[in-house]
Amino acid sequence: MNETQTLSPGAGHAERTPLESAVVRFAGDSGDGIQLTGGQFTVASALAGNDLATFPDFPAEIRAPVGTTYGVSAFQINFGGRQINTSGDAADVLVAFNPAALKTNAKLVKRGGMIIVDTGNFGPRELKKAGYDHNPLDDDSLGDWKIVPVDISKLTLEAVADSGLGKSDALRCKNLWALGLVYWMFGRDRAPTAQWILQKFEKKEPAVAAANVAALNAGHAFGETMELLQGFHGYAVPAADLPPGLYRTITGGDGFALGLAAAAQLTETEMVFASYPITPASPILHHLVKLGAYGVTTHQAEDEIAAACVAIGASWAGAIGVTSSSGPGIALKGEALGLAVAAELPLVVINTQRAGPSTGMPTKTEQSDLFQAVWGRNGDTPLVVLAPQSPSDCFTMAIEAVRIAVKYMVPVMVLSDGYIANASEPWLIPDVDSLPHLPVAFRTEAEGYQPFARDPQTLARAWVKPGTPGLAHRIGGIERDALTGDISYDPANHQVMTDYRHAKVARVARDIPPQTIDQGPERGRLALVGWGSTYGPIRRAVSNLRAEGVEVSHIHLRNLWPLPENLGDMLAGFDHVLVPEMNVGQLCTLLRATYAKPFESLSKVTGQPFKIAEIEAAVRSRLEA
Amino acid sequence: MNAPTSPQKLTVKDFATDQDVRWCPGCGDYAILKAVQKTLADLGADKDKTVFVSGIGCSSRFPYYMETYGFHTIHGRAPAIATGVKLANPELDVWIVTGDGDGLSIGGNHLMHAIRRNIDCQILLFNNEIYGLTKGQASPTSHLGTRSSTTPNGSTDAPLEPIKVALGAGARFVARTADKWIKEMPDVLKAARSHRGTAFVEILQNCIVYNDQVFAGFTGKEAQEGSFLHVEHGKPLLFGAGRAKGLRVKPGTFKLEVVTVGEGGVTEADLLVHDKTDPVLAGLLAAMRGPHFPIAFGVLYDDPAESHEAAVAAHKADQKARTPDVSINALLKRGRTWMVEGPKA
Repeated sequence: MNETQTLSPGAGHAERTPLESAVVRFAGDSGDGIQLTGGQFTVASALAGNDLATFPDFPAEIRAPVGTTYGVSAFQINFGGRQINTSGDAADVLVAFNPAALKTNAKLVKRGGMIIVDTGNFGPRELKKAGYDHNPLDDDSLGDWKIVPVDISKLTLEAVADSGLGKSDALRCKNLWALGLVYWMFGRDRAPTAQWILQKFEKKEPAVAAANVAALNAGHAFGETMELLQGFHGYAVPAADLPPGLYRTITGGDGFALGLAAAAQLTETEMVFASYPITPASPILHHLVKLGAYGVTTHQAEDEIAAACVAIGASWAGAIGVTSSSGPGIALKGEALGLAVAAELPLVVINTQRAGPSTGMPTKTEQSDLFQAVWGRNGDTPLVVLAPQSPSDCFTMAIEAVRIAVKYMVPVMVLSDGYIANASEPWLIPDVDSLPHLPVAFRTEAEGYQPFARDPQTLARAWVKPGTPGLAHRIGGIERDALTGDISYDPANHQVMTDYRHAKVARVARDIPPQTIDQGPERGRLALVGWGSTYGPIRRAVSNLRAEGVEVSHIHLRNLWPLPENLGDMLAGFDHVLVPEMNVGQLCTLLRATYAKPFESLSKVTGQPFKIAEIEAAVRSRLEA
Repeated sequence: MNAPTSPQKLTVKDFATDQDVRWCPGCGDYAILKAVQKTLADLGADKDKTVFVSGIGCSSRFPYYMETYGFHTIHGRAPAIATGVKLANPELDVWIVTGDGDGLSIGGNHLMHAIRRNIDCQILLFNNEIYGLTKGQASPTSHLGTRSSTTPNGSTDAPLEPIKVALGAGARFVARTADKWIKEMPDVLKAARSHRGTAFVEILQNCIVYNDQVFAGFTGKEAQEGSFLHVEHGKPLLFGAGRAKGLRVKPGTFKLEVVTVGEGGVTEADLLVHDKTDPVLAGLLAAMRGPHFPIAFGVLYDDPAESHEAAVAAHKADQKARTPDVSINALLKRGRTWMVEGPKA
């Protein structure tokens, strides 16, 4: 399927209220098709030319009991005519499909925002399941918002009456009915969604296809003909000024999968990706398993340790070994990562972080594995740590991780998180052929070969494929002689090898881009230093503050270990350095340890991303103090 | 990987490295090392295409002494590392060397999954029923009552039978040999190497320091008559002095029984004939224990099936056949895309 269409920008509606950007949130039962609805709205908004950011917010339970608060699944999208950096602090419009969704999501709507409620699902049973002892629509407890009661269930049943579907199947179309209504609210074209429905269902279940399209159209028609609120004629959100070119949407999971496949092509080397299922890291394996034609072999291992070891075995045999997990799995891989450091083999490890400790909150985001990444192994065991700052940056950083791993014969850990993994954004599709090629030189010359002789520039040892004539050799996790690789317990040799392992990782700092300032002056009163998925909220907070004349700078790290060589001098240019991160101050501690300066931590560990307002308030309080 | 690749005759020395062998004097590992080197020399194996992967323990030092490619990895993980090696390069001849602690305790999960996937490799499990390198603790194969530094009153945990574990995991080749069967071992190893898929070989190996003589009754020259049986495909299961004893199915049961040919009207025609493609018989033979039964040695089961690597290669070939353009640029444009024409005037 390859559908490219050209936009006609500026297709507004005279009576519509103009909005620079808007945040819409859908919330309902896990089985209500909320993520599908959000995904379709994302496509429609992208096709309308908006910049956007999405955030699926779903429970770990697959289908929790119907109607319960812990079974609520939500999807939020922020879209607009300006650059969009986050999925939005609070929603302008919420569609709540049941009382549980209303109860858990109303507080995420802006004061004065609109809440569309499916009153058909507000019977005594549903209210009781959500823990209401009365109907909140009957009192003034929702006075902060404009409540739009619509019997979506009944209207959906009417709309699909001719389809021949039974009642329960017919009711499953109500998400499309609501989507039709929201499409009308924002002047979205519903044709691509109708087309998608037909493509997905028409062959196997024509009645389902027809019913869903009918529901979509009915919801749209309802918006056109009924006045939802007095004087409300919908919103007009203009297209954004995006750089020209061909776009698609991309999640962090997609970014890694596509980036790894691109790296296999750019290195002209086979790749073996071994992983064990874990939330929220699994989408990378799900995507890569389809890419066997592109030089990627995938392996679902028996456990996390095996996944790391399969990748290491593949690297030793001359492929690019990659493994992927989330924090608990990375903990299990720890010993194997030490082997890769000791044997000096290339390895890429992707950690899609989630809230810990232990099982923690599998579907909630956090950045609390930084210490684990940099220091979390036995022995002095340095490796390289990178952090993408957005879903599309995962593509870039996957390639960068492979580049460093094969050039320095070292494991590289990439720290993503649950937010980046599942969030999506529009992506200007790059031309992979124009990216720098990363040819890998396997040693084949037998004369003078020593397994641990090093390249004087990178300190990397040569990569040799087993099977190469005349180069048979043995390596292992026991300390190795600095030249021959034979077992060595020699005291001086261990000092030399420990120093080499550190120096090699330190040298990567010379081979990465110097740190830049994302926004704001190079010297001043306050700099915010972030990493990973906090990029969006910090960026928006800083641009808002700067628009008000507040002097603040934003520095965002993508290289966490080694740190960029110029970072110390850069930070010294600020009176105050504030480090927002979704942990209790891990980057802040690392920076303090490295530069011996009293940097300040701004910590948040709720499993939810930072809100822009939280960062703005933190900056204001520091500058007013 | 069966075809000899070297024109000149290779010897044991061609597969020995310059490293000092660091096993205890008298350790059974020396005999196994010799037998493996002899096997590869006899077969004219290409040492550059031969790979030894090991975990941790006395047995796992093995790769350092083989003049081939070798990777001494971490405790229990050799089967997983070897799986990665075979995924990256299915052409390599991969040998996994492990022990009873490495393979059945800390690495039991990987052993099981390498076997059930049918990775094309040889797994040599040196079973000495004890932890040697950590100084003599009971292992998962220590028989009941084994006195060790962690079981001073005798082990109370039921031991695992390695071959039954392998069969339970779906092994398509299982064999048993012993350090003291020096003459027989290379034949077992050659059969393992010619098997496509995982070939699991249990090698009973004497730990001279911590569990000496544990197999003395039924291996090597000191073995008592009737305590062991070497199986041969297609031959009746005969053993003991003058090969007078044999195995048959006890009438009316699923059990084996030992009979003497010529006694009670038993003739050779009544005996079981070894069929290496029969997994049920393999299980019965593997489970035999003294004093009432002989210990079975040789290739107990050999019935190949498609290897994991072959299945993976077929799957990838299929994906390739269905992908007309394998460039990443084409991949990135798959699915829904849209064109943005540039900034508004």
